[in-house]
Amino acid sequence: MTTSATRCLLRTLDENYALEDYQSGVPRWCIGCGDNAILAAVQRLCRDEQLPPEKTVFVSGIGCSSRFPHYMHTYGFHGLHGRAFPVAEGIKLKRPDLHVFVVTGDGDCCSIGTAHWIHAIRYNMNMTVLMHDNGIYGLTKNQASPTSPQGLKSNTTPRGAHLEPINPVSVNLGIRNVSFVAQAVDWIPELLHDIIAAAYHHKGFSFVRVVQRCPEYLPDRYDPWVKNPDRMLLLSHADGIQISPELSRVYRHQEKHDPADRNRAREIASVSDPMPVGVLYRNRNMPCYEDLREPDKPYTPSMVGAALNREFDKFTIWPENGEDGGAGKRG
Amino acid sequence: MNARPRENKSSRPEAKQSQAGKAAQNRAPTPRRKDPPSPKGKPAVILDEHIVEIVSDSGEGAQRCGQAFGSIAARMGNGIWTVEIIPAEIQPPARSMAGTSGNRVRVSSHRVTNGGDEANLVVAFNEQVLLSRVRVNELKRGCIILLEEKWRSDPDPDIAASYVQVFDELSAGDFSVYEIPMEFECLKYVADPRRGKNMFVLGMLCSIYSLDLEAARQQVSFIFAKKKDKIVQDNIKLLEAGHEWAEGNLDIKFRIPSTKAQEPQIVVNGNISLGLGVLASGMEVCAMYPITPATSVSHYLSDVFRNVGGMVHQAEDEIAACAFAIGASYAGKCAVTITSGPGFALKQETIGLAVMAEIPLVVVNVQRGGPSTGLPTKVEQGDLLFACFGGHGDTPKVVIAAATIEDCFYSVITARKIAETFNTVVVVLTDASLATAQQPFPRPRFSEEWLSPPADQSAIPEGAKPYDWDDTTGLARRFIPGQPNGMHCLTGLAHDRMSRVAYDPAINQEGTRSRSLKLASLQKTLKTPPVFGDEEGDMLVVGWGSTKGAIEEAIERLRAEGLSVSSLHLRFLQPMASGIGDVISRFNKVMTVENNWSDDINDEIIDEENRRYSELAWLLRARYLVDIDCWSEVKGQSLKPGAIAHAIRVRLEGKG
Repeated sequence: MTTSATRCLLRTLDENYALEDYQSGVPRWCIGCGDNAILAAVQRLCRDEQLPPEKTVFVSGIGCSSRFPHYMHTYGFHGLHGRAFPVAEGIKLKRPDLHVFVVTGDGDCCSIGTAHWIHAIRYNMNMTVLMHDNGIYGLTKNQASPTSPQGLKSNTTPRGAHLEPINPVSVNLGIRNVSFVAQAVDWIPELLHDIIAAAYHHKGFSFVRVVQRCPEYLPDRYDPWVKNPDRMLLLSHADGIQISPELSRVYRHQEKHDPADRNRAREIASVSDPMPVGVLYRNRNMPCYEDLREPDKPYTPSMVGAALNREFDKFTIWPENGEDGGAGKRG
Repeated sequence: MNARPRENKSSRPEAKQSQAGKAAQNRAPTPRRKDPPSPKGKPAVILDEHIVEIVSDSGEGAQRCGQAFGSIAARMGNGIWTVEIIPAEIQPPARSMAGTSGNRVRVSSHRVTNGGDEANLVVAFNEQVLLSRVRVNELKRGCIILLEEKWRSDPDPDIAASYVQVFDELSAGDFSVYEIPMEFECLKYVADPRRGKNMFVLGMLCSIYSLDLEAARQQVSFIFAKKKDKIVQDNIKLLEAGHEWAEGNLDIKFRIPSTKAQEPQIVVNGNISLGLGVLASGMEVCAMYPITPATSVSHYLSDVFRNVGGMVHQAEDEIAACAFAIGASYAGKCAVTITSGPGFALKQETIGLAVMAEIPLVVVNVQRGGPSTGLPTKVEQGDLLFACFGGHGDTPKVVIAAATIEDCFYSVITARKIAETFNTVVVVLTDASLATAQQPFPRPRFSEEWLSPPADQSAIPEGAKPYDWDDTTGLARRFIPGQPNGMHCLTGLAHDRMSRVAYDPAINQEGTRSRSLKLASLQKTLKTPPVFGDEEGDMLVVGWGSTKGAIEEAIERLRAEGLSVSSLHLRFLQPMASGIGDVISRFNKVMTVENNWSDDINDEIIDEENRRYSELAWLLRARYLVDIDCWSEVKGQSLKPGAIAHAIRVRLEGKG
């Protein structure tokens, strides 16, 4: 007969999750799609953090990137175009014990779901957000997105995109209760992982914009940055991301940036060349909505019954004979 | 200013008690004043029932006065039904017909189930709000009017002239107009009579209808329970002043006999009833976005939901509210989202997701006039077909409609249970009429069975499938995050039993079949609704939702006249219970009565090939292959029993 301590130990050994424990199926993204790099980084994070798969939920919208939850062997919620944030908020509110990730794209987040995105920043619920930004609609085949560069020719902009793109990082920094904003790129996997890990470890709404390449429709868009490391600006700080010596040899353009400095974060975010990579802003003191709304105690059926009867009392007309004439009062 | 009713220009005979009684029966105009004042303790005319309206500018408190009057009468043991008269704007111009705000209270010696026909007595704070009620024919012939007289001497000559014009018009018509110095009297007690005039009127009404002043004092204390003691005392003073003034100066005195209920009753409007239902259902999350006329449910819940561990989430929009509720439901107990027409339209895609992914969800739609922004504060039953068929693709969901205020309470509990049993969406339809109407109903006795069980967190057997549809019932066990071995990716795409995206023809056929079968499984448990009246006859009237009381009252009146008519009221609209077809087949004619649009067959270009029927009529015609007729209105008002009875008579005579 095993003691409960032994069982506990066995269970611990049992739950030593490997990378494969988080993998599900073969991703059906294009070869060279940045989504693959993000998936690898996230699976590594789950393994490193030993997240119990049954306690982990990936919520997505619709789009190429939103297929992500299908490739994770965790709970997944592949819902509606643009609506990942409110679904994730509902989950987190009722289940703070779950690790909630949101996977969204530039169309999903910055176009059809923008209202939810702005308010998700404001709610500041504890979840990790991966915004896959390839600057194009891929799944619906080559239409300009809100983050497409001005002048981009696509199926809906044959003479070139008319408008300046939206800057997702700046938008985040414009919301008063923003608590974590970072930018990563798919072609520096080491930093991609470290930035997602930093986001995961932040308690609050951790937004990571991942600049990624679409090999199908925008294969060359980021070539100037991919091919010239000097056009990248790596942000490091003792309280942020540390950059390895190996990486530093390639990416020499770096800045010590304190993630608490919101004004500097805004300046960095506003420049797209050189392209910043790292944690731009973090505020550990921003309260989370789920903490503000948490019920003060668990409620048993008899407590619900008592509370309900107190409500009935407010509206009750009692029969003439005896104030306690109704058995309802005793419930 | 004269403290007593003003002498009418066209002199009339002096008031006598019997004439007040006549006025109640609406036979003849009654003189509007007597001089000198009648002594206190004048005998009261006994009435079976009366419909009383109190109307004012928005913000002058007529609604509060009406609700209080209804509550006091209910405490006395009278049957009551209150209807709010609501302006669509928050600060409409003063003294405007569009700004009329107030309450209609039907007080009876027996239980009442609807707002009735036209008003017998109206208290108006100015002549314009009064005129608005006259213009829509809400006043019965001979109606007693108690009108604030201060406008007669208003410094603005236009206002004074307008007042005199309306006064003369109505006095010359079939009404008994009394001029009441409300403001003059109130100024004796408070500096700003705009706040407090309503309590003076309440006191007056208590005198007119012989209601217990002590019960009224208690009601006033209850209303202002959260206010300072000074405010409570001022309002009680005004109440007493109104009572005393009416006792000393008015010749109208009625009494509507009452019988106290043996069981405790609760008096709430339909929206509070819905809110109580949410508390009692065990649901813990209500996600909403403000919309009229649904919002007051959330006001109430925001105040008290935390007492049972629940919370109201005010989302950034209607879509987010529904998605938030779906997220909360997916990860635990069933959640609810509460809205009205436009919000319900916005939620359709998310509702489809819950149907597709088989997530329990309760959606309450407090219907209002549509389409578009329509009539935000007014009633219509225009969303039935939309609720049944409003998704793209095949989105089978359960649709139930509350027929009474009591029903609002139990419907939510039932909806939650069905949603969790069948893992689907349950739409609860109520409307603006139920939302704001008040009627006592037996105090519910709490049962733990109402509550939702805690979210299942037990391990799923290895290899179990997240959509392992039963071949007969379509049901599958729901996997909830946190359950070991239950990991899968839920998707709104077509999926197989493993929840894998699947475009194969056979798999989509199977998934769609399974979701559809769940409605049939529920349908097998439903009982045929009872017939009101005889089981067979010349005509059956079929209704749904808030019209139940008015339809049944119309049927009662016609049956008393010897007509062979019955009615059937449906609570489950999708699926519908078995046996309805049998009931229909036992009547020569069948007609639905609804508060929505139908083409009039007598219109010049309308014929059987282009007539658009009322919503339930469409459903019944399609299901039972019977030539079912319909009568409906979209006037933004509750259907009146008199109008329904008239429509039935016309159809029975074959003139429809």
